[in-house]
Amino acid sequence: MNKLEEKYKIEIKHVLSKYPNEHKRSAVMPLLYLAQRDGGFVTEEAMEDIAEILELSTTEVASIVGFYTLFHAHSAGKYRIQICNDLSCALRGADSFLEELCKELGIKPGETTPDGLVTIEPVMCLAACHRAPVFQVQTGEGLLYYENQTVESALELIESWREKEKKGSEETV
Amino acid sequence: MNEYILLRHRTIPNIKDLKEYQAIGGFEAFKKSVTSMTPSEVTDIVKASGLRGRGGAGFPTGLKWSFMDNKNWPHYVIANADESEPGTFKDREIMENNPFQFLEGVAISSFAVGANAAYIYLRGEFWQIAHFLDDKIAELEQMGILGDKLFGTDYSLHIYTHLGAGAYICGEETALLESLEGKRGQPRLRPPFPPSYGLYGKPTVVNNVETLTNVPMILEHGANWYKSIGTEDSAGVKIFSLSGRVKKPGNYELPFGTTFRELIFEHGGGIIDDRAIKAIMPAGASSSLIVADDKALDTPMDYASVRTLGADLGSASVIVIDDSVSIDWVINKTIHFFKHESCGKCTPCREGNYWMQHLIERIHAGVGEQHEVELLYNVAKNIQGKCFCALGEFSTMAVTTGIERFPQDFEDKAKSSIDG
Ligand SMILES: Cc1cc2nc3c(=O)[nH]c(=O)nc-3n(C[C@H](O)[C@H](O)[C@H](O)COP(=O)(O)O)c2cc1C
Ligand code: SF4
Ligand code: FES
Repeated sequence: MNKLEEKYKIEIKHVLSKYPNEHKRSAVMPLLYLAQRDGGFVTEEAMEDIAEILELSTTEVASIVGFYTLFHAHSAGKYRIQICNDLSCALRGADSFLEELCKELGIKPGETTPDGLVTIEPVMCLAACHRAPVFQVQTGEGLLYYENQTVESALELIESWREKEKKGSEETV
Repeated sequence: MNEYILLRHRTIPNIKDLKEYQAIGGFEAFKKSVTSMTPSEVTDIVKASGLRGRGGAGFPTGLKWSFMDNKNWPHYVIANADESEPGTFKDREIMENNPFQFLEGVAISSFAVGANAAYIYLRGEFWQIAHFLDDKIAELEQMGILGDKLFGTDYSLHIYTHLGAGAYICGEETALLESLEGKRGQPRLRPPFPPSYGLYGKPTVVNNVETLTNVPMILEHGANWYKSIGTEDSAGVKIFSLSGRVKKPGNYELPFGTTFRELIFEHGGGIIDDRAIKAIMPAGASSSLIVADDKALDTPMDYASVRTLGADLGSASVIVIDDSVSIDWVINKTIHFFKHESCGKCTPCREGNYWMQHLIERIHAGVGEQHEVELLYNVAKNIQGKCFCALGEFSTMAVTTGIERFPQDFEDKAKSSIDG
């Protein structure tokens, strides 16, 4: 049993039960989400583990990671803020929202804050065009939507994460 | 029309609770189908209702179901919940607020085509919705509405959710199938179409979330009732996702045949700052650009009428553009989208979008010259008709119609570059 299997035994069993036995390859995306839970990105080792579980080559698994934008092969900020600046949102000020938020944080789109907490990325339509400006926050855990945002509300959210991180690290000391 | 058919949560707030949904007759249509009807009887009612697919192509739903190859088993049903077309946000509202009606639609269609397993393929961004639906499905299994040997018959049905991971192309039904099989989401050659060769090579029906959510109401109230709503060519209601430069963007459930004017000015409250309306994109970023003159505004929104304006209704994601916006800016956005989302499988789309992006960036920045506008137009024209799937075609629609119908916006740009 490899590391991923050991760690997520029950989850993996549940995922595999969704697909016919002879088509377990279908589980590759759900397993990648599992592998991404801890660090927010998929390690080389996890790709090997998934390949082993599903009887695929590691290259095949890596090609899936490369194809889909919600899988990441490299680490970034703990919280990925993904702002939609696609057509409908841009018609309602999303481009300047993105620009101003980046300016407040002192980073450019695609970059991570120096404390490693937040990465800001522009993304394509999130199916929330009527509630622009909108962003999603991707962490290893999952994805949450934040709609009808302002630069102030976004900064408050980031501040709340900072507080949480601070508390968390104090507790572990 | 004062009663909702799809967005019923707006008048029945507790409809997302199973008890409430059942209290208003929920799952009666499914139960009746399974216990007292044959699959082809169910299909015939849907056929007679005139229901057409809401995912964009408008294909008759009952007809699609009847194409399932009955010599090849098992059969599958897939609900397409990839909803990624810029300007589209209707399926999400249905699933978040009226989940059981959608799930009942999945269940009835599964019975109608003899599927014992159905998958809901959701875009990865709908992570919360997938968990929400998982809970609802578990509840239905507990109540014996889903699972093995339903209502004392031999019919069994399991519904599963499956999350994509951020790729617009996976909304295209054959790319979706590839993705669900654990591969990169790249389209397959069609034909064969999914009803003969679908998931794992087995007959498969792929339907949009909104399409399926209509089905329980059609079975409950009958084909004639449904057909009496909307227009001759486009039966029933449609959820119009209205976005862009309007005062009240949002989803509006209206009969087919409602005019653009009514949608934009009555329901949408008109244009921000009461500026002049300039252009309409009726089908999201894939859409042709329509000049928003009186004729266009008074055109009924149904499949046939919108075609007379040189555009398609598609998924009815109406993006409104006012006179503060230049069309070169609009197509800069659409080209960036398609360049990003092209799956890379075929050359015209992959390379064509690369070149279109290069050109539009220069034009939009004011450094492009008039002949580059012509070149952009020619590149777009040359992509058309040569792509492996419809995404490539979509990527050119706003470009060619934008340059044809709003030439002034491009002449000004080219002039400003010559003037320095
Ligand atoms: C590039 C592309 C993207 C698409 N995206 C979606 C989508 O997000 N949701 C959807 O239901 N159909 C989408 N479609 C249409 C599907 O291929 C398919 O026609 C549809 O799901 C069939 O369901 P319907 O008959 O109920 O409309 C897309 C098509 C193309 C070419
Ligand atoms: S047209 Fe574009 S999206 Fe479709 S197969 Fe070709 S490269 Fe892929
Ligand atoms: S364009 Fe931003 S959510 Fe749709």
